[in-house]
Amino acid sequence: MTELVLGTKKGLFVLRGEPGSGFGVAARHFAGEQVDFAVRDPRSGRLFAAVGSPFYGPKLFYLDDAGGEWTQAQGLELPADGDQALARLWIVTPGEADGLLYAGGDPGVLFESRDGGASWALNQALWPHPTRSEWPPGGGGLCLHSIVPWPGDPERLLVAISAAGIWITEDGGRTWRTGNRGLAARYLPEEAQETAIALCVHHVERSPVQRERLFLQFHGGVYRSDDAGQSWTEIGEGLVSDFGFPLAVDPADADSAYVIPLRADVDRVTPEGHVRVFETRDAGASWASRGAGLPQEHAYLTVLRLAFDRVGRDGGLELYFGATSGEVFGSGDAGGSWFSAAARLPPVFSLTAS
Amino acid sequence: MATLCVHGPLKAQAGGRAEHELSAATVGALLAALEAEHPALRGWVLDERAALRRHINVYVNGERGGTDTIVSHGDRVEVLPAISGG
Repeated sequence: MTELVLGTKKGLFVLRGEPGSGFGVAARHFAGEQVDFAVRDPRSGRLFAAVGSPFYGPKLFYLDDAGGEWTQAQGLELPADGDQALARLWIVTPGEADGLLYAGGDPGVLFESRDGGASWALNQALWPHPTRSEWPPGGGGLCLHSIVPWPGDPERLLVAISAAGIWITEDGGRTWRTGNRGLAARYLPEEAQETAIALCVHHVERSPVQRERLFLQFHGGVYRSDDAGQSWTEIGEGLVSDFGFPLAVDPADADSAYVIPLRADVDRVTPEGHVRVFETRDAGASWASRGAGLPQEHAYLTVLRLAFDRVGRDGGLELYFGATSGEVFGSGDAGGSWFSAAARLPPVFSLTAS
Repeated sequence: MATLCVHGPLKAQAGGRAEHELSAATVGALLAALEAEHPALRGWVLDERAALRRHINVYVNGERGGTDTIVSHGDRVEVLPAISGG
């Protein structure tokens, strides 16, 4: 049985089912409220919901028992003497130590929890970083949306901020350096691209089996890194479009990754009315379209950066993505064929699979 | 003493009670006093800078106010979310 946890414009949905069949709605929480991100920590079973009320501000809640009450997590706030308030929580990611979790938010901030997500503290090195005044927000705000631990080492972490690029720490978040070499911001004048910090990274994932290998979806461009994010090589040739938001990696094969191209930044829908997932099995040297079973006519979907996930591995790799149309699609054979897992849900902002 | 009124999810955060009798000189101080009595309310009406959240409106005896609005004995202060959304 596979579980999908969805953050949507109108609540958190828990779907359960088997690959190849429709998934049922097992639970809905926060009815009517915008849930920007939702995930279950596989270590504790704790369910997290980042609720983005326009009235009461961003809040993180957690639930331990399906029949129990949600509890509000504490400490997800900016310094009281600053000139900004936390605008949104984008992501929650388990870390590489017992009880360790990270949360990313707008304005480009990282929080850390050491007690399984009940209490949080602001990362004190990234927040007052001397370059922060040069960090411009992307269309969704100044969002820290990708948090990429280093398997087995809690001191090493990579995060991505739109539009402030890649940031890497190797000392548990006490110091940070950029990891942007090779990223080309086509939306900037050519002479400004070399030194630009205004880099609109859309999503980053690391290979669990080859930790130096990362894949990155940029605001125009798909990239691969073979040196833990120090430098990047463009690998988007062969895609129908190299614009998009989410990507997923094959956990068993460091050369394999999946992207869902959108037509362009000025038209953020699936190209030509076809919904297609593109797969590389040679580290980006070539791409193949995987659309069997997906809508191929008059389908103009938008799939957001945190609405694509995978579960399982080897012959049992499953892929799932949700769209702002309220549809959820899945594949039980690593993208070979697709099925409709759910439809007529509210706009899907995030999807996590377990 | 003034009467501070909260509704919906704010009422739930404030011990399940809509009306609260509190003494303070301004709306901001009144809200801070309510947060002190009910810590679960912290961050819901005032953000971490003690600024009124953008889509929360406060009325003092029916007149729109802000955190600096003076509050007098017997005043009624209503905290209401803005009418917005989609």
